This record gives sequence, C-alpha cells and structure tokens, in this order.
Amino acid sequence: MSTGDPILKVINLNKNFGGVKAITNVSFELEQGGSLGIIGPNGSGKTTLVNLITSFIKPDSGEVLFNEKNITGLMPYKIANLGIARSFQMPRPFYKLPAFKNLIIPLYSPRVKRLEGGKYGERDDVALDLLEDVGFERESPVPYKVAGSLPHGYVKRLELAQCLALRPDLIIFDELFSGMSMSEVASTLPIIEKISEEGKTLVIIEHRLRELFRVVRRVIVLNFGSKIADGPPKEVMASGEVKKAYLGSEVE
Amino acid sequence: MVVSYRKERLDRGIKARSDDIFVISSHRETLYLVLPRIIPIVGILLIPLLKENVGIYWEKVLVITCIISLLSLSWDLLMSVGLVSLGQAFFFGTGAYFAGFLNKSFNWSPLFTIPIATLGGGAFCAILLLPVVRLRGIYFSLITLALPILFMRIIEAGKILGGEEGIVALTPFHSIWIELYVPAIALLFCLFGFRRLINTDYGIVLRGIRDNDRAVMARGINIYWYKTQVVFIAGAVGAFAGAFLTHYYQFAGTSGLGLDYSILPLTCVIVGGSGTFAGAVLGTFILVPLAEILRAFGTLRVVFYSLILLAFVVVLPEGIFDYLQRKYHQYERLASVEVGK
Repeated sequence: MSTGDPILKVINLNKNFGGVKAITNVSFELEQGGSLGIIGPNGSGKTTLVNLITSFIKPDSGEVLFNEKNITGLMPYKIANLGIARSFQMPRPFYKLPAFKNLIIPLYSPRVKRLEGGKYGERDDVALDLLEDVGFERESPVPYKVAGSLPHGYVKRLELAQCLALRPDLIIFDELFSGMSMSEVASTLPIIEKISEEGKTLVIIEHRLRELFRVVRRVIVLNFGSKIADGPPKEVMASGEVKKAYLGSEVE
Repeated sequence: MVVSYRKERLDRGIKARSDDIFVISSHRETLYLVLPRIIPIVGILLIPLLKENVGIYWEKVLVITCIISLLSLSWDLLMSVGLVSLGQAFFFGTGAYFAGFLNKSFNWSPLFTIPIATLGGGAFCAILLLPVVRLRGIYFSLITLALPILFMRIIEAGKILGGEEGIVALTPFHSIWIELYVPAIALLFCLFGFRRLINTDYGIVLRGIRDNDRAVMARGINIYWYKTQVVFIAGAVGAFAGAFLTHYYQFAGTSGLGLDYSILPLTCVIVGGSGTFAGAVLGTFILVPLAEILRAFGTLRVVFYSLILLAFVVVLPEGIFDYLQRKYHQYERLASVEVGK
C-alpha cells in the first residue's frame, strides 16, 4: 500500500452508556504513515474512542476499517494481531515480572512469530534491545528490576516498548505523557518522533499540547462525544468553538 | 538522637552472585542448590521401600497424599492464570468415571483406562468449561463449584454409570509397587514439570494473564485459548488422580464428585503457599497425614484440625513454603536506624 491511502477509517461511530452519549457520529480517516492527535476536555470520549477502535468496547453503530478490512467488533487480540497496538492510560505492568520479561508477552503473540525473524533469536535478547531503544540501559540494573518497583516514567516507557514489540503498523497512545515529569517527557518525545519518521502511523491522545504538536500534523477535537474540529493544529486552535469548549484562555 | 533497630534481609552469597546461571565453586554451594530439590525426590521415592517399617496403613496414606497433591498442583496451575477453582472434584470425578466406565464396559486394563481417562477427562473438562473461561474471578469459581454437584445429581437421578451404588468390582493393580510408585512419580513429574513450565516464555504469558488480562489481550494474545489449554492440563492432572484412585479402590462412585475433593486441595495450597507449586505439595504433605494422626482424637478430630489450620493461616499467611524459601535464601539481621535528628 502506498503512502496516502487511508490505513484507518472510522465511519459514524456511536456509543451510549445508558443515557450518556459517550461517542456520537464520529468519523475520520487517517492515511498511511500519518500522525493524528486527539484532544478534548476530560470526559469528552477520547479513551472511549480508543476502546471502540481496538474493540475493548463494542460500538452501538458505525464501522472501523483498518487497511480496508472491517474490524468492528473483532476480539481485541485479533485487532492487535492485524497490526494495531495501543497503550493504556493507566498502565498496569506485569508487576511480579522483571521489566524485560514484560516484553515476552507481545513477543510471544502470533503476529510477531509470523513476521520475518520473529521466531529467531532469544526473546530475552530482543526484549533487552527493545528496552534499550526506549531508554532502559542494558548495562544498568533497570531492565532487570521487577516491573512493580519501577518509577512511573519507566512504567510508561515500558508500555511504549510493549507496543513497539508487536511491530505494529498503527500505534495508539492513550495519554502517554500524563504523570511524566518534564525531563521524562523530554527524553520520551524524541522516541515518538523517531517512530513517526520510521513511517509508523500514530494516533496520540494527549493533554500536553505543546509536545503533541511537535509530533502530529493534524488534530481532532472531541467535546461531549462529538467531533467539533479537524485539521492542522494551528487552524484548529484558532477556531472559536474549540477555544470555548476546551482551552479557555490557556492557549499556548 | 535516638537509635532504633529494624530488621534487614540480605540474600545469601550464591544467589547474589548469579540468579540463573549457577556459578558453583564448592561442594557447599552445590549442596545449597541441590538439597532442596533432592530431599523431596529421595523422600517420596524412599518411603515406599520402607513399607515393612512404616506399615501398610501409612503407605496407603502416602498414596492418598500423592493423589491429593496432584489435585493441589492442578489447583495451583489454574491459579497461575488467575482462575480460582472450587471444583477440583469435577476433574477428579471425571477421571474416576471415565476409568470406571471403560474398565467395566470394555474390560480394558488400567494400563489403557488411566491414560485414556487422563487425556479424555482433561478434554472433557476443557470443553465443558470453554464458555466459562471468559468469566473472571468469583463467577468462574461458582460455576466450577456447581458442576460436580450437577453431575452427581444427574448420575443419581438418571441411574446412569451405576447410579448411587457406583461402578464396583473394577480391576485392581496387580502389584503393590505400582500402587505406591505410580502416584509418587506422577507427583514428582508434575511438580518439577509445572515449576519449569511457569518459567518458560509460555509460562510468562500465563502469569501475565493473571496480573492483567486486558493488557495481554492488547498484545495480540488469545487469552481464552491459553486459559483453555491450562484448564486442559489441570483437568488432565486431576482426571489422572481420579482414574488412579478408582482402580486403587476398585470403585467409582458419586463420592468422587464430593466437596472433599474440591476443598481439601484448596486448603492445602493456602497452607503451603500459592504460586510456587512446591507450596501446594508441601501443604498437602502436612495436612493429609495430619488428618490421619488426628484420628486418635475421635470426634474432636475436626476441632483440632480446624485449630491447626487457623494457626497456619494466621501465623503464616504467605504460606509455609514461601516462608521457608525466604529463610533459606536470605538471612536477617538487625540494622541500626537513626531516628529523629
């Protein structure tokens, strides 16, 4: 597939929780290799949208197409095997395992086994390589520590490494930077930029707009479950509706 | 400035040096590593040889203990993927009836009935529990608790498989050595096999499912398939125990589906400590012989049994094995702490 074709297509997605309209008629397309930011005030349905795309929640109506294949309502593990990796907003690592052993799980998935070279090499070595990419020094004790004892910034980067281990085509980051210190963000941002430059398609949900706009060229704004704006960051931020709904006076 | 003391735990030398590749430089270190593994192996294999000294009664206790240990191991394996089973009797009873039925109807020898009951019983349990592995926590437990009771009533009401009388006059084993050694070797095989399995990459996936099943699913792993595989293995081990005891007693009845076989393994794992498999075996080797010793107290037996159980759970909630393991690998000392400068 050449660059420019839509890799992800969301068509008229709807989801109600009882009387609450969590997502109403949200549609968007994302081209191969593109990067999209999703922003919006708290409770506007951003995480619900991720859960709907990755099928952790089934939509009431609407469709999700990935590489022109309808993936609406497939089991989450099937979607992951097709090449969509997601991070969780509240990462819960496998506490009792050493950090690098956490990566054994994605490396053991059918997708990685099927991909070229996925069956070769000790999984432990592959895991340590992946962790080195996200800043766990191989020679230091950090990758060998029990995941439950890692500081929050490392846990988030471990989550990032777990997504990368799947070798996905599309990665969805659900508030990767939340709870990270400034220095942790500063060291993680280049990793994300690098992933984007390598041609992976990214969807990033984020509250830290300055960091987000360094990576994405397009943003969608959600408010009360509806899409209220879609376009390049500068244009979107200038729109009156967005300012009213979300940013108030805090435009950066 | 006040100086107070706190307990400090330090790893013993050899473990600090290397966690998985053992650098062995002396007989003392070799012993340190090998002894905890050799003692149970030699112990379990040696007791049957001493049958003249121990007496046939205690040899029978050994057989029962090994059988219950298998059920405890099977429980602990299910626990390692986060499934809490309250129905070990279902696995046990399935194996018992499979072996009993095949032996009675086709007159097959235990050499065939036991392996078929093991695999068939495992498959039967896995298929029946297939819709249930999607349930988490207490819901899975409730279903497993209900299944053996359900089958017990079906057998009683339907007068199938011998009804209330059970299937009687089955083929016994022709040698006492088979009776003593088959469960002992099966136990050692499962104990060390499971301990190895849980540390492979496959085992890591299983432990991941227990810690956070949604995250494992997001990494492209079909958790329901993995859980089903574990139910099959656990079911097969339980069915083996049931099939063996059926031929040992020459009887398969509804007692095999009784609550005893569900609760006893669970209690043993709680006392011994969950998650290490060795804890499950240790717990069984304490509780089952203890129940026999307490027979001397007649009706008060249950009171003493409960008190001892309570004492274990209150004093060592982590489990006996975890406690012993910690004492073995670490030593404690008092370290001074400066408080209130």
